[in-house]
Amino acid sequence: MTTVLTAGLGLKPQHYDAALACPAEGLWFEVHPENYLVAGGPRLAWLEAIRARHPISLHGVALSLAADAEPDPGHLARLAGLAHRIQPVLVSEHLAWSTWRGAYHPDLLPFPRTDEALARIAANVSRTQDTLQRRIAIENPSHYLKLVGHAWDEIDFLKELARRTGCGLLLDVNNVYVSARNLGHSADGYIDAFPGDLVMEIHLAGHTPDPNLGEALLVDSHDAPVAPEVWALYERLIRRIGARPTLIERDDNLPEFAALLSERQRADAVLRAPLAMAA
Amino acid sequence: MMNPPTPGALTRFQDAFARALLAPAAVQDDGVAALAAQPAFAVYRNTVLKACIDALQANYPAVARLVGEEWFRAAAAVYVRESLPTDPTLLRYGAGFADFLERFEPAADLPYLPGVARLDRLWTEAHAAPDQEALDPAAVARLAPDALASSILRPHAAARWAWFADAPIYTIWSRNRADGAPGADLDWQPEGALLVRPRDTVEWIALDAAGYAFLDACAAGSTLAGAAQAALQVQDDVDFTPLMSTLLEAGAFGRMSLTDNR
Repeated sequence: MTTVLTAGLGLKPQHYDAALACPAEGLWFEVHPENYLVAGGPRLAWLEAIRARHPISLHGVALSLAADAEPDPGHLARLAGLAHRIQPVLVSEHLAWSTWRGAYHPDLLPFPRTDEALARIAANVSRTQDTLQRRIAIENPSHYLKLVGHAWDEIDFLKELARRTGCGLLLDVNNVYVSARNLGHSADGYIDAFPGDLVMEIHLAGHTPDPNLGEALLVDSHDAPVAPEVWALYERLIRRIGARPTLIERDDNLPEFAALLSERQRADAVLRAPLAMAA
Repeated sequence: MMNPPTPGALTRFQDAFARALLAPAAVQDDGVAALAAQPAFAVYRNTVLKACIDALQANYPAVARLVGEEWFRAAAAVYVRESLPTDPTLLRYGAGFADFLERFEPAADLPYLPGVARLDRLWTEAHAAPDQEALDPAAVARLAPDALASSILRPHAAARWAWFADAPIYTIWSRNRADGAPGADLDWQPEGALLVRPRDTVEWIALDAAGYAFLDACAAGSTLAGAAQAALQVQDDVDFTPLMSTLLEAGAFGRMSLTDNR
């Protein structure tokens, strides 16, 4: 019997003690594995202490799967070592690139969705899954730029990637909202068209208007509570596809642990609603 | 001979996009130049730069405290444009930062800054080093004198040490690494430092020239007799009992092996 995950929380070092002590039923935590790819020391000790009490999800930000190159073998091997040690309940990555010609650009960078990109990303996802010996979930990105040259619709691209590699998908509802606002398409339409059977995990996070461009450009900043519009999209999604492991992501401007926990309880309540249970 | 393959469209896109992140004026690709001209492109530029600078500030806290946040972030921005991270574990970013500060012209009148950066770096290395049980001082105390002289003590996996011949870097660093009031006036003299992590927390003590030479010799595989010889060469009045006891109590050693080359 595998663990049934409900709602979880992104875990930051400032909250280790509170996280370790938290008795919430079904609570799980997600971390960026890059922060734990070390030989030893207190970081790994903290993570292992949390892991002894709660399931852990590894959410990678740096495999650079959409780069026109193989993932860095050293980085991938270290990730596999951490996964072996932590036995995560989920592993996920992004539809984006960051490392290019040996330089790591700490962001999730865009690319034109072409046949060429699809073939490359499928090869990189397969290599990752073979190395980790598990299925991973790929996350839909936040968009800021109007990029010409896309040959594929994003959802079709993700579905085809999953068909070729067997990977699952991570649906970040905040990214859907931010991208729809920035590029001028319908967030409801994207949520309704997303293939529910492939969704292994859902992310909810906060965004902020760009300091220079204001409401014309929303930034996926993870530094604020989940917005009401994102909650509404989330409820709409769960009504259609049923319950899925859902994470509250917060990376900056951290509030007290209790404030994050109350957002997590709200997601938990959506997941436990009768329609979500029945789906 | 075959010609190198023509790069694909994705490679060309990524070459141009990566260049646009750091040097907007240098973009040749028309498609990417149009992207970089969109105001939203600044989100990527700012995110990359900020993440790198934040990582340097987190990894070099004593340097940042000495020069102030504004100066530090301006210097870090110059470093980032020279040396992007090569490893996504940003805890390891900035291996060349001390060398950069050596040749960074605005830091020319802060000659102690690179040394302070070196100690910040050693702290990070100690923090993330493999776990290892520190050698029990009692195990060493039980040895007969001649067995002791021919034994080899390997430094602990997290132990790091440095010697600064020109300035009291250890005092400057330790006063700025942790919160606390500045101490008394500095004695401008050579200093060494030993950083250890026998358990979870990195700790540090001052190290004299003899201790520095002694640890170097141990790391090179010398017997204790050989290491003592090395220490005597830099300081002819070394008292080994307190030196050994200080190093052992600090957790500077990991393993001990006995040799039979007597």
